[in-house]
Amino acid sequence: MHGRIKLKTTEEQAEQKQKERLKKLHFYETTRSACFAKRKAGILDEEGLILSGQLLAANPDFATLWNFRREIFLHLKEEKNPEELQTLFEKELSFLETCLRVNPKSYGTWHHRGWVLDHSPHPDWKVELELCSKFLQFDERNFHCWDYRRLVVQRAEVSPQEELEFTHKLIGTNFSNYSSWHYRSTLLPLVYPDTECRVGRADEEALLTEYELVQNALFTDPNDQSAWFYYRWLLGRADREETVSCLYISREGQRLIVSFSHPVNVLLPRDELILFVDGLPLRVTWKSPHPQLKRSAIWICELPPNTINAACSEHNFKVHWRDGRIQRECILYKGRSESWCRDSATDQQLFRCDLSVEKTTVLQSELNSCTQLQELEPDNKWCALTIILLMRALDPLGYEKEMLQCFQTLKATDPMRTAYFDDLLSKFIIENSILKMEYAESRVVDLSKKNLTNLCHLDQMQLVTHMNLTSNRLKSLPIHLSMMQCLEVLEASDNEIESLEGLVQLPRLQEISLQNNRISKIGDLRPLASCPSLILLNLKGNPITEVPDFESELSELLPSLKDLIV
Amino acid sequence: MAVADSLPGEFDVIVLGTGLTESIIAAACSRVGKSVLHVDRQAYYGGNWASFTFSGLLAWIEENKEAFSKEEITEWMNDINEGEEIILLNSSDKSIMNVEVFNFASQDPVEDVKEEASLQKKDDPFLTVDPVEDLKEGSSQKENDLFLTVDLVEDLKEEGSSQRKDDLFLTVAVAESFESGIEKSPDTYVNEHPAETLEHNDVCTSSQKKNPELSIDEKRSVNVCKTSVAETRKTITYSQIIRESRRFNIDLVSKLLYSRGSLVDLLIKSNVSRYAEFKNVNRILTYQNGSVEQVPCSRADVFGSKQLTMVEKRMLMKFLSFCIEYEQHPEEYADFKERTFSDFLKTKNLTPNLANFILHSIAMVLDTDLTTEGLRATQHFLQSLGRYGNTPFLFPLYGLGEIPQCFCRMCAVFGGIYCLRHGIRCLVVDKETRRCKAIIDSCGKRISCGHFLVESSYLSDDHHQKVKYRLISRAVLITDRSLLKADSEQLISLVTVPPLKSGQPAVRIIELCSSSMTCMQGTYLVHLTCSSVETAKEDLSPVVSKLFSENMKAGEKGEVEAERPNVLWALYFNMPDFSSVERSSYDLPNNVYVCCGPDSGLGNDCSIQQAEHIFHQMFPDEEFCPPAPNPEDIVYDGDGTPPEESVFKEHGESEVGDGEERTLDTKYLVTSTTNEAEDAQESVKEIPTE
Repeated sequence: MHGRIKLKTTEEQAEQKQKERLKKLHFYETTRSACFAKRKAGILDEEGLILSGQLLAANPDFATLWNFRREIFLHLKEEKNPEELQTLFEKELSFLETCLRVNPKSYGTWHHRGWVLDHSPHPDWKVELELCSKFLQFDERNFHCWDYRRLVVQRAEVSPQEELEFTHKLIGTNFSNYSSWHYRSTLLPLVYPDTECRVGRADEEALLTEYELVQNALFTDPNDQSAWFYYRWLLGRADREETVSCLYISREGQRLIVSFSHPVNVLLPRDELILFVDGLPLRVTWKSPHPQLKRSAIWICELPPNTINAACSEHNFKVHWRDGRIQRECILYKGRSESWCRDSATDQQLFRCDLSVEKTTVLQSELNSCTQLQELEPDNKWCALTIILLMRALDPLGYEKEMLQCFQTLKATDPMRTAYFDDLLSKFIIENSILKMEYAESRVVDLSKKNLTNLCHLDQMQLVTHMNLTSNRLKSLPIHLSMMQCLEVLEASDNEIESLEGLVQLPRLQEISLQNNRISKIGDLRPLASCPSLILLNLKGNPITEVPDFESELSELLPSLKDLIV
Repeated sequence: MAVADSLPGEFDVIVLGTGLTESIIAAACSRVGKSVLHVDRQAYYGGNWASFTFSGLLAWIEENKEAFSKEEITEWMNDINEGEEIILLNSSDKSIMNVEVFNFASQDPVEDVKEEASLQKKDDPFLTVDPVEDLKEGSSQKENDLFLTVDLVEDLKEEGSSQRKDDLFLTVAVAESFESGIEKSPDTYVNEHPAETLEHNDVCTSSQKKNPELSIDEKRSVNVCKTSVAETRKTITYSQIIRESRRFNIDLVSKLLYSRGSLVDLLIKSNVSRYAEFKNVNRILTYQNGSVEQVPCSRADVFGSKQLTMVEKRMLMKFLSFCIEYEQHPEEYADFKERTFSDFLKTKNLTPNLANFILHSIAMVLDTDLTTEGLRATQHFLQSLGRYGNTPFLFPLYGLGEIPQCFCRMCAVFGGIYCLRHGIRCLVVDKETRRCKAIIDSCGKRISCGHFLVESSYLSDDHHQKVKYRLISRAVLITDRSLLKADSEQLISLVTVPPLKSGQPAVRIIELCSSSMTCMQGTYLVHLTCSSVETAKEDLSPVVSKLFSENMKAGEKGEVEAERPNVLWALYFNMPDFSSVERSSYDLPNNVYVCCGPDSGLGNDCSIQQAEHIFHQMFPDEEFCPPAPNPEDIVYDGDGTPPEESVFKEHGESEVGDGEERTLDTKYLVTSTTNEAEDAQESVKEIPTE
């Protein structure tokens, strides 16, 4: 009849497990040494495949062994006839499949699989494509498999249309899938090329259906980031065209300043910058405004003596960049002490990098649906953030009040990221201030009492002579401040400034107010020694004023300083 | 299967009835080392939970039309001692009522169509008690079973090979294991060389355990799709149904498993899951505004839904997210605790469509149910989402009738003894202690027991007259197409039909496709269930005529009706639902426990709770269904106890010799019990043939 059953006791089980583990370890170690010995001796035979196979089945992340296998295959390729080779490769593929089933996220295995197919006499890429689909069915976010799929698609010449449908299917089962969304962003421009031929953009019609798709995701689960990121891609991030945006000449300072749309390094041959004065090339030395800035949006050259003869002469300056494809010209007229030439900057060119590609009407309707979503989900940070971006793309000055409100919501709902939001807000406020300044055609910028935590876009302020940063939360004057080559007066009282590293080689800087900040060491003031025109410095309310002998040391450091207020 | 006459005279537990609750308890008892005798008066497992081939179902229908009026001989009265009294049990089941059958499929001119392997109607099990005959029949049956299973495997093989190419990723574990299992199993009978069978078992279980619905489902659907394209809407005749009878596994009870319901938990916890395979229910549909629509219930559904506006999507998701953790927001529904869920929904800014979806298809409660009940049901539904797929439900391949059998198998593995076609005539009760001491079985044999468990339909009419129970209305339809067309034809759908008129019940429909292994290709098996108001036919036929077409002639139909599935065959019946009967209302000894049989709910929680409750009443100190050990962790503790050492040798370096042989020995003995269970299993699947 039936037998009675009892279980092994736990000690027995533990002991047995221990024994098994030791045995396994021993086996692993001997096999490993055998493999290494073989490889060292240069014996590249099928036994090597068996040995390394045993190890890789247990540990697929052993890169050396995969290399060993590849060496063996390359060697066997010369020895065997094509049929034998084909069976060998097929065996390898089924071996790899077992490995993948054990660990579907091993770099080595996937890479080796691609290699094997590339070297096999009759690769069947269609089968590979199905394999990918199967793996993605189990884990639609396995990016190893996505990577491999892209390789397979390339080799098998699968049409982007089919792939687009595939991503659609996966998004349908679970739309929290960065890989799928991202893949769509690369496929869409291929399937529906942009009528205006903008690289990386898709046709308007196709984008409209994408908006609908992504909004379905946003309304279904507004807390899922992946869809929001795709949404931002859809709304478009325009890359500004690379250009020389401004040319500035100072007669008095005998110097010339070139501004670029992007940070560049003109010292590299590729970005060589050539200066013509009155039609003749002139050899000059370019330098960035701060020694730490290797790539900079601003480059400066001191003009050789006698380039600008007298106050009344008129000169023509011209720069050639990128082999003369990009040029800018500026005339220093008679009697002028300085002169510049630049594009009349609109907000569009300056700052609308994010979400600027789409048409205004589309942006407006997207803003409406996001606002609708926000009414349902007042605490959703992704929604609030997207609304801010949309408002900035539409009318940065007009929506300033709403933007500030949105930032309040963001900080309240996501306190962990308050600092990030503060920095972002600072950026937007500075952008708005610059815009206002541009519209007023003034060279004075007032950023006081704006709660700034961060300074940016300073390259856009290279013509500014007066800057007011009073009453903010700045901790430093960053090195980018050195781009403000025309700055004469800087008011930065009532901040938390500890470092002045950006106040370097500013030739016209005369007055600095640093009342009520956190400057504590004489060393912190050292950068100021490179500003030759400095005559007034207000250090009232800084810890440094408590340091004994501070004034004498300071007068040693800044001998030309006339007024020190403490 | 045990031979009735050679049964031991004493058991810890005797279980009468092989329905789900009884089988779970039997397995639980045997698992913790109690001796269990598990009997059923029918030749099949499951009682009212059973699953039949089409011919099997016809036989069952006949049986339920016949009136049993055989009085027993009372020679066994001699076994009753002084100080004892008896409680008589029902010898036959009269609980199924109002059976009505309708055939709409065209009849073939050829008469006398027979099933591929024809079935013979069972003999009356209560009369044939001759041990010799029984034995004979048993052996011939075994042969037959073997023969049949090979057939089945051949089919599988064919399919397996053609699919192997499509299916790189999955080793065709199922088909292969069948191949190896069957080709070798004759050996196991003859040579008693069981090592392979154990292995074959292992293969099966591992593939099933990891990914239940993948192993067969995918492959099959590929095949079926191909063929169905070729033969577009071929009319299926009654003789085809008869011929393909074996493709049907028609459940008497229609239920689904909530992915996080107590049955799934129990299957996993007890390792019984290794004996079954499951397929995801693919769609939740509802009947609304005169048409069948998909209910958006998962995140993916809501995302993909074309019926909902953006704002509706948000509102629905928002409400569902609230339901998942409604306990944490008592303020949201505090004012509605005493009011109905449907009133509560009205305050939630949901459009009427959404409110209907939630009420009828997600919570599946009535208009009159209270808010907390609705919230709890919604939560249960939502918690089950995503565990195995985009709907909260699983369906066992080959039908729900598989599940009680899985537990029986588990019980047998741990030594439980099975005896089908074996009734129990009466309980012997000690007058003084008022405890059930023994039973007298249908052979007249007296068997002692510590505990006696009985399914309520076995109790005599006297007992039932004292209790109030409800009825379930059931209909089974065979149709020719799905209620809602989709890309794939291989979908399992749950359709909820809200009451058509007030006073009528809400009806639940489960539509099964052929890849669920419950019906022949080209057909759908449709189960309708509701709590009875009138007879099954009266309750359910209004729904059937709204959703289906009972007129096969294409020319006579209106446009709307032409789109509906045709009913090829229909069965209506009523089944009792004892789930609301209190144990105390039966006047029975303390150590007699009553299992209520199937309830009308969609899930199985009622049965599981009852099983666990009864088990703890019997054995308060024992664990309920602890995980079954892995085969390699089992040591046989029999007569010639093998030395402990040999067990380790099994895992040691290949040492041939004494130790090795003994290990094999151990394995064999363990396997032999498994085989026994398999026998039991197989004999169920194929209703005994001549």
